[in-house]
Amino acid sequence: MTDGRIISEQQVAQVARLARLALDADEQRRLTDQLNAILTYMEQLNEVPTKDVEPTAHVFDLVNVYRADETRRTLTSGAALSNAPETEQHFFVVPRIVE
Amino acid sequence: MDYECVIGLEVHAQLLTDSKLFCSCATTFQAAPNDQTCPVCLGLPGVLPVLNRQAVELTMRTGLAMQGTVAAANRFARKNYFYPDLPKGYQISQFEEPLIEGGCLDLEVDGVSRQVRLNRIHLEEDAGKSIHGENLADPDKSYVDLNRTGVPLMEIVSAPDLRSPEEARAYLQKLKMVLEYLDVCDGNMEEGSLRCDANVSLRPVGAETLGTRTEIKNLNSFRNVQQAIAYEMERQRDVLENGGSVVQETRLFDAARAVTLPMRSKEEAHDYRYFPEPDLVPLQIEPEWIDQVRQSIPELPDARRQRFVSEYDLPAYDADVLVASRAMADYFEATVELFPQPKIVSNWVMGDLLRELNQAHHSPHEAPVTPTHLAELLRLIDDGTISGKIAKTMFEDMYRTGRRPEDIVAEQGLVQMSDSDALREVIEQVLARHPEQVAGYRGGKEKLLGFFVGQTMKATQGKANPAMVNTLLKQLLP
Repeated sequence: MTDGRIISEQQVAQVARLARLALDADEQRRLTDQLNAILTYMEQLNEVPTKDVEPTAHVFDLVNVYRADETRRTLTSGAALSNAPETEQHFFVVPRIVE
Repeated sequence: MDYECVIGLEVHAQLLTDSKLFCSCATTFQAAPNDQTCPVCLGLPGVLPVLNRQAVELTMRTGLAMQGTVAAANRFARKNYFYPDLPKGYQISQFEEPLIEGGCLDLEVDGVSRQVRLNRIHLEEDAGKSIHGENLADPDKSYVDLNRTGVPLMEIVSAPDLRSPEEARAYLQKLKMVLEYLDVCDGNMEEGSLRCDANVSLRPVGAETLGTRTEIKNLNSFRNVQQAIAYEMERQRDVLENGGSVVQETRLFDAARAVTLPMRSKEEAHDYRYFPEPDLVPLQIEPEWIDQVRQSIPELPDARRQRFVSEYDLPAYDADVLVASRAMADYFEATVELFPQPKIVSNWVMGDLLRELNQAHHSPHEAPVTPTHLAELLRLIDDGTISGKIAKTMFEDMYRTGRRPEDIVAEQGLVQMSDSDALREVIEQVLARHPEQVAGYRGGKEKLLGFFVGQTMKATQGKANPAMVNTLLKQLLP
């Protein structure tokens, strides 16, 4: 936050890298402005008194939803692979990921 | 300067459930790659995970057995990273609110008892499996199988309480044994059901604060754990003694060269951006369920070892060997139930049975000689029907064929010779054939008695009753 804003251009670049988004310099600058506008707007939430409110991670008032440990066959490997751009011997094929 | 080594282990144990953590796909993989997948574990759009109750129960059983606390309220979190074997782009795990807090494991290293504290045990899903390049086909490609994706794991995190590579190994061995007793994990390290990461740091002896640590990933055998930590200790000592400082990093163990190497930074972009998993509701474990799980905890190895010594009067060594595997201890007890002479049963189980099991790579419950068969064999020796020597050969035969001892005895005419007139006749023939040895014995070479026993056993194909042979020989060799 060296430039005094909520999110810096470096942080936007870092988030883009983690999300595997390739941004050019223009996009990076534009998105930094837009994200700062959004975050500044959201800052208003800090004015709500929340001292006596339990943290909420879920919108439903629901706990403990389980399934029994039972197996069911859903897809064959043929169906699982049907949308893959490339397959080989029932594997998904991707560019080599280790040297 | 003298340094002290500080080690904490993170162990991933695959839970023994039939289905995956958040979907109904099977967890056993005899099938083709990607044959045990569904829209949930493939991470297709629009699907929702639903938690497997049994996975929660097995983790609770583990935590309670190791004196941990089941967190009354806990929830799942998303750990975000990109890798081709993680189709959703995040792993569902637990972060700030694990299912189990605290706990401990007692171990013994070189006769000294130690208690290792546990920080936590949490539930998470496994990722898939990748095969790289020429190991399958094209060197420029990687190949992904998602059968393993979504299989339930529990991660057991120890406190930094271990002080040597030997202690780390002993901890892992003990943990594996306890998990097997609890029937929550099969403990197979080669197949990846039990995997270990080690956090290692050094500090000057007497220092309170921890030094900078490195994390060594994916240690898949007891030997590797010990070797990797021993190497890493030496490496860090060299760095510190040459005035350098240890860099906090993730390292991989190269088992072929027995060294640890830094992971390339590309693989190490640790910024997981955990946040609460919105697709799953929180857990509030009812006290009744906790009580029920507590009741289901079986006798654990330490208690069983003590009982084997007190109840069966076994030497501590025997008790150690027998309880090392739950299946072996069960086999022993099932046999003692039928043939209540524990030390004799223990000798056969630790000797003949263990030898055959190792040769055949069987676990005790796969042995063709069942506890019933072994007990029958021991009864045949006990009532004098067969000799101990014949019994040894018969055991091998029984192991090979799975047949009952009575059938083998009847078919091969192995009944022990206890007819004193018939035996007397055989012994007289033996003595007649060996006049020189007879003269020698009479001249004072009493050791030759063993020779005559041997010859008599040979002449009867091992069927002679040894006690009777001894008595008769002494009568016939004045």
